[in-house]
Amino acid sequence: MLGRLSFADIPLDVPILVGTFLGVAVMGIAVLGLVTYYGKWGYLWKEWLTSVDHKRLAVMYVVVALLALVRGFADAIMMRTQLALAYAGNPGYLPPHHYDQIFSAHGTIMIFFMAMAFMTALFNFVVPLQIGARDVAFPFLNNLSFWMTAVAFALVNVSLFIGEFSQCGWLAYPPLSETQFSPGVGVDYYIWAIQISGVGTLLTGVNFFVTIVKMRAPGMTWMKMPVFTWTAFCSSVLIMVSFPVLTVAVALLGLDRYFGMHFFTNDGGGNQMLYLNMIWAWGHPEVYILVIPAFGVFSEVVPAFSRKPLFGYATMVYATCAIMVLSFVVWVHHFFTMGAGADVNAFFGIATMIISIPTGVKLFNWLFTMYKGRVEFHATMYWAIGFMITFTIGGMTGVMMAIPAADFVLHNSLFLIAHFHNVIIGGVYFGYICGMNFWFPKVFGFKLNEAWGKRAFWCWFVGFYFAFVPLYVLGFEGMTRRLNHYDNAQWHPWLLIAEVGAVMIMFGIVCQVTQLYVSVRDMKLAENRDETGDPWNARSLEWSTSSPPPPYNFAIVPHVHELDAFMHDKENGIDTRQAGGPYQPIHMPKNTVAGFFVGAFSFVLGFAAIWYIWWLAVIALVGIFATVIARSANQDVDYYIPAEEVARIENEHTRKLMAQAAE
Amino acid sequence: MSTDHSAHGGSSHGSAGSYVIGFVLAVILTAAAFMVVMGHSLSPSATLTTIAALAAVQVVVHLVFFLHMNTTSEQAWNNKVFLFTLGFVVILIVGTLFIMGNTAAHMMSR
Amino acid sequence: MAHDTTLSDAHAEHEHHELPTVFGFWVYLMTDCIIFGSLFAVFAVLRNQFAGGPTGKELFELSGLALETALLLVSSITYGFGMIAAHKGEIKSVQMWLGVTFLLGLGFVFLELKEFSHMIAEGAGPDRSAFLSAFFTLVSTHGLHVSCGLVWIIVMIVQLSGVTAINERTMNKLTMLSLFWHFLDIVWICVFTYVYLASMI
Repeated sequence: MLGRLSFADIPLDVPILVGTFLGVAVMGIAVLGLVTYYGKWGYLWKEWLTSVDHKRLAVMYVVVALLALVRGFADAIMMRTQLALAYAGNPGYLPPHHYDQIFSAHGTIMIFFMAMAFMTALFNFVVPLQIGARDVAFPFLNNLSFWMTAVAFALVNVSLFIGEFSQCGWLAYPPLSETQFSPGVGVDYYIWAIQISGVGTLLTGVNFFVTIVKMRAPGMTWMKMPVFTWTAFCSSVLIMVSFPVLTVAVALLGLDRYFGMHFFTNDGGGNQMLYLNMIWAWGHPEVYILVIPAFGVFSEVVPAFSRKPLFGYATMVYATCAIMVLSFVVWVHHFFTMGAGADVNAFFGIATMIISIPTGVKLFNWLFTMYKGRVEFHATMYWAIGFMITFTIGGMTGVMMAIPAADFVLHNSLFLIAHFHNVIIGGVYFGYICGMNFWFPKVFGFKLNEAWGKRAFWCWFVGFYFAFVPLYVLGFEGMTRRLNHYDNAQWHPWLLIAEVGAVMIMFGIVCQVTQLYVSVRDMKLAENRDETGDPWNARSLEWSTSSPPPPYNFAIVPHVHELDAFMHDKENGIDTRQAGGPYQPIHMPKNTVAGFFVGAFSFVLGFAAIWYIWWLAVIALVGIFATVIARSANQDVDYYIPAEEVARIENEHTRKLMAQAAE
Repeated sequence: MSTDHSAHGGSSHGSAGSYVIGFVLAVILTAAAFMVVMGHSLSPSATLTTIAALAAVQVVVHLVFFLHMNTTSEQAWNNKVFLFTLGFVVILIVGTLFIMGNTAAHMMSR
Repeated sequence: MAHDTTLSDAHAEHEHHELPTVFGFWVYLMTDCIIFGSLFAVFAVLRNQFAGGPTGKELFELSGLALETALLLVSSITYGFGMIAAHKGEIKSVQMWLGVTFLLGLGFVFLELKEFSHMIAEGAGPDRSAFLSAFFTLVSTHGLHVSCGLVWIIVMIVQLSGVTAINERTMNKLTMLSLFWHFLDIVWICVFTYVYLASMI
């Protein structure tokens, strides 16, 4: 009846997990209780969970991303603590079975549910506003994407308390991940979480690609498009071409496990190296999927806080496109040591080094944007400058590892770990947090607290160097990744320093939470309000709307004349909003429950398949099909906002703008 | 709402004649591929080359006559996306064969 | 290009979120194309890993393959006739052609399943060797797509029976199904050439 699920699969014997479960349960009940107490269930359901509004979906994505950050960071600091302790005979507090799950979960969560969710949040919020559109091309699919991501993250977290998670690292290399060596449910949790969130990500890629190609405001030609939108475009293209490859690689692993096939097994003619080849044909584009939008964020933030247009817009665009294309032909650098000959390794090594050229172009563009600008050292700008320093170092260690001969020494050592955290924290994370500080007032109508923002930055920035520079050293000293304990006296002090760094980063996260709390507490204060919709005197179209923007974004679709459309309008006295109308009724998509149900059924399908509860899996599959068919038969999918309502909202904002101007 | 622009933004539609032409061409090409293989008249490598070429031509026939791909301006983005995808698939397949073949040779695993 | 995009945007300002449906589906199909491309790459690497089991030459029968191919090819043109009828607004005729297409597709899936069950009965199932794993996965992924197409055709026939005129949304759906169906044909060309015929040489 319940497949291979039994009471014994609930890890009551692991105190850490029981404690975590109690903590999560208490917090969960508290949140549910508060929602019930304030009677907000209807509001939450009608206005948020079923919403197809890209701005609301963005907020929900950020919530998922921040939860994933906390979970992923808890894993990280547990690993660092284990390695600070587990020295010279001391086994530490995490036995290998648990420790291996933690490092696998850390990587999986941080990439798929922290970084990807955060990136999708930024796409959702910024892209339609920047191109002068009223929503994305497929608002329903946008909601569906969110739910697929959210339920996949839920599935990963369920593995904490029911069964186990994968112990095979964040990419689950076979043959370790085959049934022969991992007979438990851990790898199956991994497979289903990746596949479900993969569907969501793929739809997001298609959605934003079509949105950017087809829905730009009149006059916005490609070379008048803001750089963030360009990076979202390139990132969407990369999602569209690379995520199908991930789907195939992980599906084949699943077929090996579920049907005894022989794609990557040791016997039967299988070939584990083929898995490496396939997964990295996705994996390398993936890291560019993450970092290219971060480049886009800096390209918006640096000009805004330097009071200058972006230096070298065209080169920035070409560099982004060059990185996008080059990222297809470098995947072997993740497995130089696999055994291919010098010809293969040389080709992919050189291709990898070439990527540093367009990346260097970008860095110089940002530096020249700041040069002779009136740089305002705002908290947002701190993250941007911290990025430039940190990412450059990470990029240089990357070029070191692109040399196949050097990689034979450094492969899978802590040097590698230090390198990719250097680019992912220093590039991706700093970028997304920078973007969050920048666009927050646009989302909610009030600014984030700056003092706490700066404190968070300093903790992260300094903590990062404490946590990861020792790892570079340890890599040179021969320490490999994923070690559970060690005896080498030389390594111990460095691992203690790294632990200190992890604690500093923890304070960084505490500061960020405090920043959110303080900002919400002080949201009514006049100096924190954003009444004009343009708190930074910025350049692109999203700042021409009110903060937060009305549901339809633009009452009258703006006409774009120049690059940096809004700045051009401000400088030339053009009213981008065309305040005063005449307004027309605006056609809008209706909220829908279909996305939620497809997501919920997918969760059930995944859970049932992990535990071999086949009858439940069939029900869930039928549920998915039924929901999709019912949705396709539904004719009542849109409505009109009447012109009078539009006029009322717009006149209200105009009145606020006048009041501000009068002060 | 402009029906011409939007409803068929993804593809124009063909006439019965063009479907029939496409069908006849497809049948001829398919039959040719089968006959080349069943006839055993060519060397293995020549057979492979011939059927690969026939398949490539047939794919184009299907694209033009059944999927109505053409060079008009409203199709431009469809074509761009298609060619880009094709390029990536070629990189993936050629790259995979290059890498895996080279590895197999060096590791003497096959 | 950007020029005409913006023109059509301005033209359809009220309903601009309906505009790119078919284009979006085309883009999705291209991602599907990459799924098949990956499976072909895997098949190409594993095609000689028989692990002592049967080879393609021993297993494949060209007569059954020819019949499957014929069914799919004919179903393409019958769907095409359905689209022509749809553009003329003849709902009954559309339903008839969709029904014919459905039967042909069903025949294809039936033949494929028969072939599979025959192979499995002979001890040449997907768990026999890497070659057979790759073969079954690639071919049945195509078959699964055809089956989804069959479900979609049924849904379309049912949805059409309730209407008096084909509106834009229904036309879009028929067009997308058309792209899907013809796209599967193209995949099949590659399958019968590189999987079946190439193994028979």
